[in-house]
Amino acid sequence: MTRADPAVTASSLGKRYGDVVALDDVTFDVRVGELFGLIGPDGAGKTSLFRLLTTVQLPDAGSARVLGLDVVKDYRAIRSRIGYMPGRFSLYPDLSVEENLRFFASVFGTTIEAGERLIAPIYSQIAPFADRRAGALSGGMKQKLALCCALVHLPELLLLDEPTTGVDAVSRREFWDLLETLRADGLTIVASTPYMDEAMRCERVALIQHGRILDIADPRTIGARFDRPLLALRSAERLRLLRALRALPDAHSVFPFGDAVHYADARADRDGSTVAAGLQRVLAEQGIRDVQVTPIEPGIEDVFMELMQRAPAATA
Amino acid sequence: MTVSPDHGHAIEVRGLTRRFGTFTAVDAITFDVAAGEVFGFLGANGAGKTTAIRMLIGLLAPSAGSARVAGFDVSTEAEQVKRNIGYMSQRFSLYEDLTVRENITLYGGIYGLSDGAIAERMASLVERLDLGRDLDTRVKSIPLGWKQKLAFSVAVLHDPKVVFLDEPTGGVDPITRRQFWELIYATAEQGTTVFVTTHYMDEAEYCDRVSIMVDGRIAALGTPAELKARFGGETIDDVFVRLARPGAAA
Repeated sequence: MTRADPAVTASSLGKRYGDVVALDDVTFDVRVGELFGLIGPDGAGKTSLFRLLTTVQLPDAGSARVLGLDVVKDYRAIRSRIGYMPGRFSLYPDLSVEENLRFFASVFGTTIEAGERLIAPIYSQIAPFADRRAGALSGGMKQKLALCCALVHLPELLLLDEPTTGVDAVSRREFWDLLETLRADGLTIVASTPYMDEAMRCERVALIQHGRILDIADPRTIGARFDRPLLALRSAERLRLLRALRALPDAHSVFPFGDAVHYADARADRDGSTVAAGLQRVLAEQGIRDVQVTPIEPGIEDVFMELMQRAPAATA
Repeated sequence: MTVSPDHGHAIEVRGLTRRFGTFTAVDAITFDVAAGEVFGFLGANGAGKTTAIRMLIGLLAPSAGSARVAGFDVSTEAEQVKRNIGYMSQRFSLYEDLTVRENITLYGGIYGLSDGAIAERMASLVERLDLGRDLDTRVKSIPLGWKQKLAFSVAVLHDPKVVFLDEPTGGVDPITRRQFWELIYATAEQGTTVFVTTHYMDEAEYCDRVSIMVDGRIAALGTPAELKARFGGETIDDVFVRLARPGAAA
């Protein structure tokens, strides 16, 4: 494999479990040194994709190469060169922090000391609890230990399945800070998450829903995919505002967004400020007071919801 | 909000405390939640939220202090508290091997509703959630988003005065998450008090008021707008990070 080859290449991957289609024609690649995000809700196919890339399961259709190796033929070689952190806490709760780490090092025929270069910045944060049973750690600490165990054999590619699910907002930020440090060190990382805000930490993201990739893009420019005027509206009477907007003939989509409501207009060619002026007038006529209307740039969650609605199998 | 002992408060908490050995998980928290309010109960992992909720729903006795929920004392009238509240946790609210119909019937029975009342609630639920085709499907094979909407609807089947939602929207897609919040609004509009925890900070903005728990105490309480003004931040996420981990804020 040369530097120019992708770290991961998936070509028309498919996977079924009985009647359930978990993955359908999934094609993407991950560049060497990239922090790549798989963004999608539970049941979208993220875990199935990780199982194929980690050679734990075989694809039913298509093919994939990891670090230049075929996931079916070269599975042994792949396993020793990747680090994988499954979604469910997968360490031994009755072993101490240090024992878990030593165990994972020995499984890969190495030692904690040999892995020091990669794990030192993370391990230093949990070292004060080295003698504590892994099962007694807090959620954020467990994630850090699991990350150390996935890195102790110095893998070239790190695969993380929902590392921050169920973790509070502060610990989530800290975890992504760690991933950015690792990426800056040259590691290639693929991480999945149901949290749209975490997508901004990735260089590229694949939006995934119902086993299909809806889009692959740079999260900073993905807003350009949204080809309609989008406005944020704020009012003290939010529920009334929501209902009034939904009833408008030109409403394309109306969703609550934090303290605002995002309104997309069906007339794709209008500019935002014209639409804003129109909305101001209509809402004032309906007696909804003190409405602020601002044209905005679409974010990744706007785009995701727009793509979901266009996809054939819409939301449940 | 002023404190009145008998009117308008669905939840009244006074110095509520819980210790485990030498560790104080919940440290003298005091607050009120008004009838029909959507109240967001936020905090980092380990801040004491779960312990506080377990006391409020009558499952764990306080070490000190008191709380009244739906008009009943959680220490001395725990059974009445349980009958007058609904509770939904992220994963374990429904029986996966029972059908949708069986789950509704089972919970209706547990809540002591008559057969007629159960049939009536079932019909309105089916219409509201568009569940007609899936009534005889096992819960484990319906999509997660429907499961959560169903779990919520079952939690309010008996028209409780207060419903507790513990991270109700984990893992669902962004559209379903919003549909779920509209169910919450509709329920609150009818007078049910909604007490909700979430790790999605944008959802905190949907609440009438939020509290942020740090190390067993309530570090902040107010409307989202008040908290953002008081602690300086564009979003509740900013406020949360500032309070939950001083020094870690970006």
